[in-house]
Amino acid sequence: MKDIDKSFRKDTETEFPLREELRPRSVTAPDGQVIEIDPLQDYFCQEPPKVHKQSYFKIVEDFYNWARAHSLWILGFGTGCGAIEMRPLMTPRFDAYRYGIQWRPTPRQANLLVISGYLSVKTLKRAIRAYEQMPSPKYVVGLGSCTINGGMYWDSYNTIKRLDDYLPVDLYIAGCMPRPEALLAGFMDLKKLIRKGKAEGANKYAENFDWYKANQKSVIKDWDMPDYNW
Amino acid sequence: MSFEWIQLAYAALTVFIVINYGLIMTAVVQKIGARVGGRYGIPVWQNYIDLVKNIALRSKISHGVMFYLGPVFRLTGGIGLLLFVPTIYGSVMHQNFAFAGDLILALYFVFFGTLGMALGAGESGHPHAAIGVSRGLAQVTAAELPLALAVFAISLQYQTLSITEIVAAQQGGIFNWTLFTNPIATLAAMFALVGTMMRAPFDVVVAPQEIPIGPPTEYHSAYLALMQTNRVLFPVAKTVIYMNLFFGGASNWAEFAVKVFAIYMVSVLVGVVHPRFRVEQSIRFFLKWGLPVGILAILVV
Ligand code: SF4
Repeated sequence: MKDIDKSFRKDTETEFPLREELRPRSVTAPDGQVIEIDPLQDYFCQEPPKVHKQSYFKIVEDFYNWARAHSLWILGFGTGCGAIEMRPLMTPRFDAYRYGIQWRPTPRQANLLVISGYLSVKTLKRAIRAYEQMPSPKYVVGLGSCTINGGMYWDSYNTIKRLDDYLPVDLYIAGCMPRPEALLAGFMDLKKLIRKGKAEGANKYAENFDWYKANQKSVIKDWDMPDYNW
Repeated sequence: MSFEWIQLAYAALTVFIVINYGLIMTAVVQKIGARVGGRYGIPVWQNYIDLVKNIALRSKISHGVMFYLGPVFRLTGGIGLLLFVPTIYGSVMHQNFAFAGDLILALYFVFFGTLGMALGAGESGHPHAAIGVSRGLAQVTAAELPLALAVFAISLQYQTLSITEIVAAQQGGIFNWTLFTNPIATLAAMFALVGTMMRAPFDVVVAPQEIPIGPPTEYHSAYLALMQTNRVLFPVAKTVIYMNLFFGGASNWAEFAVKVFAIYMVSVLVGVVHPRFRVEQSIRFFLKWGLPVGILAILVV
């Protein structure tokens, strides 16, 4: 299934100019030395993601999975309307902390990316970058019908429809919008998946990297970042 | 001081006990905070799970040598702080490597980890990390001033630079504690305690609720696990110094647990009732209130 019909397809022929700060340039240092800078090459590590093997002993992997399941760190990144349903989870009424769930401000320390609703193409770019910066194993939860099939944004020219085409989703929480209880129930299901060792989205992403990239590039019009950004 | 190999094993045991104590204590403190806020709070073993989780992460990336060394330095600062002061007074096993001038060394170790972290976080290349570190260094420096002055005051008072002797002088009744013999120095040092515990209101540098988390922005997986270990070890180690200097030390683990918890709760109590200060506000606060009290403490002695 393709997200965008012919008339909205990415125009791959015309070149979009790079943003100014990303163009190669030469800089004169204070001591007179001239330095060539190509931001896309120099500032990012472009190594594609690797498939990470499970631990050699099953019992160790099970133990790790148990720890991963009970210590879910969510990236504080809200996309659609659903973001507003995540906040009550921190409050006394729902208190997700008691399940070992916390919010981290930086992708480097997060394991779980909650795409909380519709994802516009512009935000998709940021979501991809955030996802790629997270250390594996990492999980993606799609929240709300917008991430499943486009929801009420089915006809929109600027949102994606199936999140699974762009990022490996482990779990969907249906509803428009799902209540915080639904979120909690979803997290509990995710825990079960992780404990069974079935939440291997990061490896799936690495294995089908080309497919994901092709999908991503087919909707993102101004692809001005490296293919893989750590 | 004579050195025997068995001391290494004893020291390792001390570190082990203190880390476990710290892991549980910080979780309990968080739970108390949650209960105050009407929440159920995290399970008390949550810190262990987070630690295992972080070690179990599969992909790790590095930004260079100093990036590795940052957390290592930081942990070294914590362990060094712990090992060069007597944890349990009068115990052969947990006397550690205390020696005649350990007070000065301890002051140095308080700072060591932050400096190491500055180098490591700088190497990570993330602007938030660099800004966080410079803010952290500025704040810690300002907050340490009252402590340094208080330490001078009490080393003048007891005429020694050895923590063991200072503890020995405070034995025999609660009124021999520095808390009562030199309350002004204690007050000055308490300023530094709340200032360097990295708890609210002085935790804007590393607070995970702030968008720029500060120095650890780029740290993940095993690096973060190291830093977490230090996050639980370091406050306890520092509280041990306070306990030794001002609250009569501890002669067994039970007394240790109670006293460290009580002293730690001071900074927690201050934290839960005050909103977070910005960095320049807290620096001004320490220079305005902490510093004069410290100078006063020296003058009084
Ligand atoms: S599923 Fe409904 S609530 Fe959620 S983002 Fe879409 S429109 Fe908004």
